Amino acid sequence: MDNIKAKLTVKSKSSKREMNGKIISMFCTTIIVVLVISLIGFIASKGIAIFVVDKVNIFDFLTHSVWSADKTDSQGRPLLGALPMIVGSFGVTFLATIIATPFAVAAAIFMTEISPKLGNKVLQPVIELLVGIPSVVYGFIGVSVVVPLVRKMFGGSGFGILAGTFVLFVMILPTITSMSIDALKAVPRHYREAALAVGATRWQTISRVVLKAGAPGLFTAVVFGMARAFGEALAVQMVIGNAMLLPQNLISPASTLTSVLTMNMGNTVMGTTSNNALWSLALLLLLMSLLFNSLVKFIAKKGTL
Amino acid sequence: MKKTWLLVISFVSLIILTGCGNSKEETITAVGSSAVQPLTEAAGEKYSELNKDSYINVQGGGTGTGLSQIQSGAVDIGNSDLFAEQKKGIDADKLVGYQICVVGIVPIVNKELNVDNLSLSQLRKIFSGEITNWKEVGGPDLAITVVNRANGSGTRSVFENSVMNNIETKSSQEQDSSGMVRQIISNTPGSISYVALPYLNSDAKALTIDHKAATPKNIINNDWKIWAYEHMYTQKNANKLTKDFVKYILSDEVQNDIVKKMKYIPMKDMKYQKDINGHVTPIKR
Amino acid sequence: MSKPKIIDKIATVIIYAMAGFIVLILAGLLFYILGQGLQYVNWHFLTSRAESFSAGGGIGIQLFNSIFLLVLSMIISIPIATGTAIYLSEYSSNGRVANFIRTAIEILSSLPSIVVGLFGFLIFVINFDIGFSILSGALTLTVFNLPLLIRSIEDSLNSISSSQREAGLALGLSKFETVTHVIIPEALPAIITGLILSAGRVFGEAAALIYTAGQSAPPVDFTNFNPMSITSPLNLMRPAETLAVHIWKVNSEGLIPDVVAVSAGASAVLILAVLIFNLLARFIGNRIYSKMTGDK
Repeated sequence: MDNIKAKLTVKSKSSKREMNGKIISMFCTTIIVVLVISLIGFIASKGIAIFVVDKVNIFDFLTHSVWSADKTDSQGRPLLGALPMIVGSFGVTFLATIIATPFAVAAAIFMTEISPKLGNKVLQPVIELLVGIPSVVYGFIGVSVVVPLVRKMFGGSGFGILAGTFVLFVMILPTITSMSIDALKAVPRHYREAALAVGATRWQTISRVVLKAGAPGLFTAVVFGMARAFGEALAVQMVIGNAMLLPQNLISPASTLTSVLTMNMGNTVMGTTSNNALWSLALLLLLMSLLFNSLVKFIAKKGTL
Repeated sequence: MKKTWLLVISFVSLIILTGCGNSKEETITAVGSSAVQPLTEAAGEKYSELNKDSYINVQGGGTGTGLSQIQSGAVDIGNSDLFAEQKKGIDADKLVGYQICVVGIVPIVNKELNVDNLSLSQLRKIFSGEITNWKEVGGPDLAITVVNRANGSGTRSVFENSVMNNIETKSSQEQDSSGMVRQIISNTPGSISYVALPYLNSDAKALTIDHKAATPKNIINNDWKIWAYEHMYTQKNANKLTKDFVKYILSDEVQNDIVKKMKYIPMKDMKYQKDINGHVTPIKR
Repeated sequence: MSKPKIIDKIATVIIYAMAGFIVLILAGLLFYILGQGLQYVNWHFLTSRAESFSAGGGIGIQLFNSIFLLVLSMIISIPIATGTAIYLSEYSSNGRVANFIRTAIEILSSLPSIVVGLFGFLIFVINFDIGFSILSGALTLTVFNLPLLIRSIEDSLNSISSSQREAGLALGLSKFETVTHVIIPEALPAIITGLILSAGRVFGEAAALIYTAGQSAPPVDFTNFNPMSITSPLNLMRPAETLAVHIWKVNSEGLIPDVVAVSAGASAVLILAVLIFNLLARFIGNRIYSKMTGDK
């Protein structure tokens, strides 16, 4: 009797392991959360300085287009208007994502619905290889191939948003494609079988069932792709021209938040106005990606309803 | 599961062990200007060959990084393209500066352009945006694409101080590295920029200014005006290895060998000197 | 043929064309890089040291550094990522908490490399006083790796059907045991794909490493296995320039006359290294998979 009682009250080996496992996994999650919070706190504390210490008007910061930390306006505040970079960043990101998404989704459909065998043999390895090409190499191919091509076809110097878009298109293609593949693979098999059983063609199954069921996953893939495009620095910096001017058209030199950040970080002294100004750009980047995130979550939520 | 723990433990102990380090070996870190980096690296390797167990860890990161890190004491040497006094936010009195060599800067254009010479004022007008077509300076009817360096970069400061005469450069394309500038100039018809002499190669064509070329001889005699010093900064209470290494860089062994090979100009060769405000005076010997 | 069938045919053709176009672009890119670079790759190039201002330098140390850094950052990030993924997919019953964590991870993944690099520089290199070292680099890369890894591991855990979980629980296994013995082996191929993708990013990352692992590769003595000596390849505290950083460096501020050769050659080697790593990871993954799931 006692034996049984003891057995029932004392934790089994298995349940101890369960506890340990749960603790370990929670511990890992905590590390990540702490990491993210400290990163955000770190960037926010540095990025806010320009508004608190140097008294730059946030509204001016977002709408003015003169970026020169050394010069001051009539009230003695540094002239910092990030509009050209904001426009540039959004321009290349949206254009590249708009071009890349249909291709990526088509490739994902090809891999999961049409010819998984061919896809696995050809598409998958090629995509995985491309992720490993350093941005610098993309940038150099951009300067030696894409920019001259743009110059020949559309005139101008070739440097600008259009060249940046083409380079980013190729760069984010692997990210969006591989994540879209995962998203479509996660759609349960019986969905497709049910659709086919009621007489739907393959395309009807794909367009009305698979893509809809996989929509949230596809949206995430697009967000990740956009995030990659938004945050990409080295390659874009090489082809966009880095002129802090409002872009007149797609082929005039422009700049992005990251290109300005990367280019000038090493040339400024920590704690000075020009350095703080760069951190405020980093903070802006962070806030933008937060915005992207919640926006797409919102859309995805609506889509599934 | 046991294996995993074993791995974790051995990994952690490896970190702790390496953290202790070897007491015999001594390392100093030099950070900053990417133009000084190759020179410091090459000298550092030679220094390690001569002095066993002394290692010079050389990193780039830019002049701004070099000066802020030496000011905060995080590194032993800060490499800089500029006088520390020229950089906002740096208290130069707390640092000890060494001028380690002289570097000339030369305007470059796309090779296909049939312009070889500009006057200093033409060059100034091109970068200020007053001249926008090559035909205005005797070249073909081709728009000028100005490629500038990043605001705050050492090379740009030197160029602006020696060429622009306090006239503002126009907003244009900017690049942050010499290699990139070279690449763009070689790919873009009608483009103009400038690089430090060590970075000049066959990708681009160097211009003469008022029919004078950017040769070491012309720089030494100040016939070529666009030149500046490369600097190393240390803390006032620098350790022995740091002091020895800077001394080694300034020795004839390095100055007449590595410095010359890299197309920098040794300090001792200069017949003129430049102060922080850009005033040039002959050196009396 | 009925209308839906015609549409079906047209759609299939379009998808074939688009997928073909992608392969074409990507294959063109690969051939371009390999075609430009392979001519410079030889044994000397692969094994000798880089030169700072004369021609004829190699990439031996950089290649080793890249691989070492990859292994190191994987050792750090895989356990954390797996733990978090397990928590997210198996334990987090509260949607809000899970959502918060997911958002946090997505933010992490969207930060530009340079910002993460500077964070790593100020925190690991300066504050923790680790210095410019392979360890700082690995820790910084972990920040990068985690989002991608967690995402793909969680996805693969989620794609395992619930009947597998129920079967595990019905056998009297605890949740955690079910995960480690049933779910993870089943999800292994997908996990490996995630691993390969993030490994590719580690190989290709430059901006974050410039300020953390550093951009110089001091000479290394490959016969010195004492991890405490600074010339030992195993030393975690030595500065370690990787291949991608080297390509960046020679192209941006390099003084060597054979920039084109070194950078094209190094790019080709980098692609080959990624290829070999991918094949190897798949091969080993398949071996472990068949061992763990018991099919021969």
